[in-house]
Amino acid sequence: MAKYNSMENMICVAARQMEDGSSAAIGTGVPTAAGMLAQKLYAPNLLIFFEAGAAGPILPTMPVSVGDSRTTHHSLLASTMLDSMEAGQRGLLDYTFLGGAQIDKFGNLNSTMLGDDYHHPKVRFPGSGGANDLGSFCWKILVVTPHAKKRFVEKVDFITTPGFLSGPGAREEAGLSKGTGPFRVITDLAILDYNNPEKRMQVVSLHEGVTLEQVKDNTGFELLVADKLEKTSPPTDEELRILREEIDPSGFIIGRG
Amino acid sequence: MEKLKAGKGELFMPYDADESRHFFKEKNKKLINKLTTVTEAVKKYIPDGTYIAVGGFGGVRISTSVLHEILRQGKKNLGLSGHTSTHDCQILAAGECFDRCDIAYVIGLEARGLSRVSRKYFESGKVKFTEWTNAALAWRYKAAAMGVSYLPCRTMLGTDTFEQSAAKEVLCPFTGTKYAAVPALSPDVAIIHVHRCDVYGNCQIDGINISDADLAKASKHVIITAERIIPNEEIRRQPWATTIPAWCVDAVIQVPYGSFPGCMEKEYFSDEDHFALWLKKEKDPEEFKTFINKYILDTKNFSEYLELCGGTSRMNDLRFDELLVNPNTK
Repeated sequence: MAKYNSMENMICVAARQMEDGSSAAIGTGVPTAAGMLAQKLYAPNLLIFFEAGAAGPILPTMPVSVGDSRTTHHSLLASTMLDSMEAGQRGLLDYTFLGGAQIDKFGNLNSTMLGDDYHHPKVRFPGSGGANDLGSFCWKILVVTPHAKKRFVEKVDFITTPGFLSGPGAREEAGLSKGTGPFRVITDLAILDYNNPEKRMQVVSLHEGVTLEQVKDNTGFELLVADKLEKTSPPTDEELRILREEIDPSGFIIGRG
Repeated sequence: MEKLKAGKGELFMPYDADESRHFFKEKNKKLINKLTTVTEAVKKYIPDGTYIAVGGFGGVRISTSVLHEILRQGKKNLGLSGHTSTHDCQILAAGECFDRCDIAYVIGLEARGLSRVSRKYFESGKVKFTEWTNAALAWRYKAAAMGVSYLPCRTMLGTDTFEQSAAKEVLCPFTGTKYAAVPALSPDVAIIHVHRCDVYGNCQIDGINISDADLAKASKHVIITAERIIPNEEIRRQPWATTIPAWCVDAVIQVPYGSFPGCMEKEYFSDEDHFALWLKKEKDPEEFKTFINKYILDTKNFSEYLELCGGTSRMNDLRFDELLVNPNTK
């Protein structure tokens, strides 16, 4: 059996989420690694967009910034931030990968602050960057994050990026395009989605060696469970080889697992 | 009828389309030699209180020399557009140079981690801030570049980001679709690093433009640092390569390796060791103070900083990194 760490597992699972011919706006770190792995194994025609302005690259190594020159490597387009964002706004972008300090049961994300007073935060984070934009525009939001009680909270301190907001219909009510929103969450323990009438997060697949109790224990809200609970396939030897030898040989991201 | 919401954030730079037209009417359009020094440009265009915007993308094609000089001259109470402001924000926070900020992305250095110094500064109560997103700030520049007072977009809606912004909901007069209206942003000064320009300020940028063409058009004054000054004939030979024209530009300075430690497309890659050094020094306030003194405040100019950071041999390495041919890198 192949040995792997939690970061490698999340990247491999994330890479299997995007079908060939789809488009994805990706950020640095895990999303880029997943995008590269997807391109090499499952979705050779995955059209990658970076929010700073590059599109259609063949990534040679991991970028450190979504604007650095790795993102334009053999790319089809080196343009502007608005060119990428407007592609999303007019419906061209299928997937985006997001993260945050907190996520709630409707997939709302917080990457702005902790505390209850916006002007006097207990902890201040970077803010939206392009997250709110891509989370508003893209059809399917993928979130990749470690599973922990302090991250999976009943109510986020600040909704930086819209999930389903207060529930079914709320995105449309707010003015966002119908049919967009949270799609799946990939953690080090499980795959979760929102495929139920309440648009609430539910466990759909447990990773190798993980129990449902473990997932629930690490979640700060009442988690729904899909009717048919699957087992996530562990990383294959080929996924791991490509990830370790071609995508992240220096261990920049997978070394954090 | 549904009540339209308005963000309650402070609008630091109110915009008036007619006022702005008059400003640009008076702007000198003659081709005059605008070569100057970083010291002079900062002295002339960035008095205390100026609202500035930095081009590039935080650690990509930033004008590091001008940011250092802002620190060296001890500028205070600046306004800052935090449009993916990473290392630029880190430098300005180290000098506590700004006291208000339109935040899309600050504090973080993307995959590298967070700047403790920036974070502490934003948590200190010394900075007023209003929340936006990267696209919202880019469209705010775009609106000012177009000469209109706002643009509609489908971002921020329904979130706390909107609530803490100064955007307002509007309905499309044709379809009734709800949009977030973002107000035009015309910074007092834009600071942009480019690959090449002539002495008049006609600029060529390789790689992604990010938001810089709009930012240059939106801003009242523009300071350009360039890797190389090129003859005007070169500009005229391929005018389609001009992304920022001279009539936007007020000051031109030649600063080779001017984006260091940031990345410069097809020139040099980011110096990740040096970025890591900043983050390491930030862990101890005393050490950080010594670090800032040594590398910025006690240096006379950017060349001295580059020497401290390894000089020509380090720059050669970064050139190889950029071209993916560094024999020392896996």
